[in-house]
Amino acid sequence: MRADGVEIAAKCGHNLTFAAAIPDRMTLSFEDFPVGRLGSFGPRHVTREEILEFAGEYDPQPMHLDEEAAKKTMLKGLSGSGWHLCAVMMRMMFDGFLGRAASLGSPGVNELRWVAPLRPGDDVTLDVDVTEARISRSRPETGIVTFKGVARNAAGQVLCEMVSPIIISRRASAG
Amino acid sequence: MWYFEDINVGRRREVGSFTFTADEIKRFARKYDPQRFHLSEEEGRKSLFGGLAASGWHVASVCMKLMVTGAQRLAREAVARGETIAASGPSPGFRDLRWIKPVMAGDTVSYVSEVESKRTSDSRPEWGIVEIRNTGTNQRGEVVFSYLGTGFVPRRNPGSAQK
Repeated sequence: MRADGVEIAAKCGHNLTFAAAIPDRMTLSFEDFPVGRLGSFGPRHVTREEILEFAGEYDPQPMHLDEEAAKKTMLKGLSGSGWHLCAVMMRMMFDGFLGRAASLGSPGVNELRWVAPLRPGDDVTLDVDVTEARISRSRPETGIVTFKGVARNAAGQVLCEMVSPIIISRRASAG
Repeated sequence: MWYFEDINVGRRREVGSFTFTADEIKRFARKYDPQRFHLSEEEGRKSLFGGLAASGWHVASVCMKLMVTGAQRLAREAVARGETIAASGPSPGFRDLRWIKPVMAGDTVSYVSEVESKRTSDSRPEWGIVEIRNTGTNQRGEVVFSYLGTGFVPRRNPGSAQK
């Protein structure tokens, strides 16, 4: 884990220290997300079974379900649904920092690019940067933090890039 | 499913409807988005959502599910009529995805797809690129979800000048 990841982990540890006294106190507030590198998260191992399970339920195209059919497609082999990769990135953000943040939800995703296919057995890492952080005009007790997430496989190949704002409470209101 | 040449800008298709039960919402959230307001009715009530709300990624994944299964059904019908069908390609991504209103436990979302633009690909002459606006509307007629997706569609006449 990189130094910036350690910093986040320390903040999470800080959370644990106070957890007994204030059980639902969130440690990471808007102020904890200045513009710049937030951290690197993962690796998250994605199994063939998980790819087939997600695709079977949400994206049952042959390129995500059938090895032989997938070989004949543009992606040249079995690949995970792009929406599965989105869900995996979401979970990595939750495990990495969002689960300890005073997140109020997200209004959307500005842009998302599926750059290379997710393959069975991939170990996905996620680099997250804060590209913008501003106080909400309509709800000044909250801020809007825009994250850029870049998912890569173990070879360092970019799989997906995503830019998404998340609404996070300011520390003053977390009181 | 359809060739690039068959797709008209403005084509609108009802994709299907899905009811987000509390169990389904929690099942998706436990795996991929375990924020408290997606896991518990009580935590949801304390949140901005005012109740148990589906993960936005769940709302998006269900849209994909209905689009794929709907297209597969139409393809089977086309094959039964003796028509040639084309296999659509992967998507390079999307933009302008908006979770406009929360999808709450018990809500039924109806999805609609509308072709917004089409163009040929310079780097892949056998493919065209189509942009489709997918929208989800709840049972009260409120638009809850929208995004502009991009997809590769095979050309019937690769290399022809059609835009």
